[in-house]
Amino acid sequence: MSSLPPLDLVETADPLATPRRVALVRPDLRPAVRTTDEKYVMTFPNLIVREVILFQIVVIGLALAAILFDAPLEGIANPLETPNPAKAPWYFLGLQELLHYFPPVVAGVLMPLLVVVALVVIPYARINQTAGPLWENAGPRRALALAGATGAVIALFGAFKCWPIVVPTAAISLAMFSARGGESAGAFRRAIAKVTLPEWIMVWFAVVATILTAIGTFFRGPGWSFVWPWAQAVAF
Amino acid sequence: MTTLSLDSAFRRLRETDVYRSIVRHGAASTNRNRSLVVFENLFLHVHPVKVREKTLRFTHTYWLGGIALACALILTATGVLLMFYYHPSVPQAYRDMKELEFVVDNGLFLRNMHRWAAHLMVFATFLHMMRVFFHRAYRPPRQFNWVIGVVLLIVTLLLSYTGYLLPWDQLAFWGVSVGTSMAKEAPLVGEKSRFLLLGGNIVSENALLRFYVLHCVVLPVALVLMLSVHIWRVRKDGGVQGPPEESARREEVR
Repeated sequence: MSSLPPLDLVETADPLATPRRVALVRPDLRPAVRTTDEKYVMTFPNLIVREVILFQIVVIGLALAAILFDAPLEGIANPLETPNPAKAPWYFLGLQELLHYFPPVVAGVLMPLLVVVALVVIPYARINQTAGPLWENAGPRRALALAGATGAVIALFGAFKCWPIVVPTAAISLAMFSARGGESAGAFRRAIAKVTLPEWIMVWFAVVATILTAIGTFFRGPGWSFVWPWAQAVAF
Repeated sequence: MTTLSLDSAFRRLRETDVYRSIVRHGAASTNRNRSLVVFENLFLHVHPVKVREKTLRFTHTYWLGGIALACALILTATGVLLMFYYHPSVPQAYRDMKELEFVVDNGLFLRNMHRWAAHLMVFATFLHMMRVFFHRAYRPPRQFNWVIGVVLLIVTLLLSYTGYLLPWDQLAFWGVSVGTSMAKEAPLVGEKSRFLLLGGNIVSENALLRFYVLHCVVLPVALVLMLSVHIWRVRKDGGVQGPPEESARREEVR
């Protein structure tokens, strides 16, 4: 359907005028209340009861966890006795893992700042509103541009020997390119052919963040050397 | 007088003047009273009286925001109880952990629950953000609520991080030392902001006190404020899945 003409806002010069709303009914438009045929249900009990049950499940689950697993407590804080390795809480271990490859100002300041800025601008970037399936109506130029972009990312992190980012980046770009022309292929390729560029980027971010955090948490021992998870105690 | 069953006792209670002065509507057996349950209640009236049935489906939200909110409530309850037994000073803070474990009834359970709820809240908040992204629920009119959500994620991380220091054991001390030494690296403001945060150049009892105040006062207040705006805007913008699809609504206009 064609879009409605925009409403004109008329402002008077008198700031104390009481605003009045005027409705204009164009003869070619039938005034009708906007409705939807979606089914509505009463919030009480349908939603409220579900919320209460959800709360109970969370309480019971956490109570069971609290009975089964004790919060860690080590010896009293001693500034003179540095543990090896000294680890931040688990959600910062991805950043601490980056510290192993990049100078502190990059890993500790620049990268987290970039992540926050990137997250904040998501709803304001047009591509996130309009993007369709990545390879839909895409010519060879898009493939070339994306190959260049992923190649640049891989080269950048490769230059710092940051394998925990290089490897998943390569794997995800491989999946991204294999989605090309997959509309008529098997179920899996058909599914990934629907993925948009913003989604590919977010998948990449989530996978890289998870891998870095997991490595920092489970696979790093004395001197930030590689160890197996079962070779050390992990405290949360 | 008839036999006094529990059911009729409740019915009588609901008809007393005192009960009706607190809850103004009758039993929620009619749709009218069911709507009154929601909009005559300060805490429930963030909900509309009716919701789209689709939004109740598990796969629409995975209830992740709800899980994070449930964690926040549990953390408030357990956190207030923990405050009764905690002194933010060195070395008493560490001794209080031992007291909780060996002296206070269910003290260890309380601390365990607080810790696991904190980890779950960080995890659920991150997953909630992923769910919102992949459902493209940040689209207009909800762009700014996404930004508030990012701020809430940061507040959640800061809450968890400031709480991490409070037990004052080796894990806490070095965890925070490692983290704050990263802040030092920020150009221009790094050293100064670290000094401001720690109340000194190293993690000391000044830092413990500051983290305690941030953890128990400043950040919870920030969380409540931002969370209120977040949830209120969800409602204003048409509920957990936004307004009904444009195509479905526009049909009727012409």
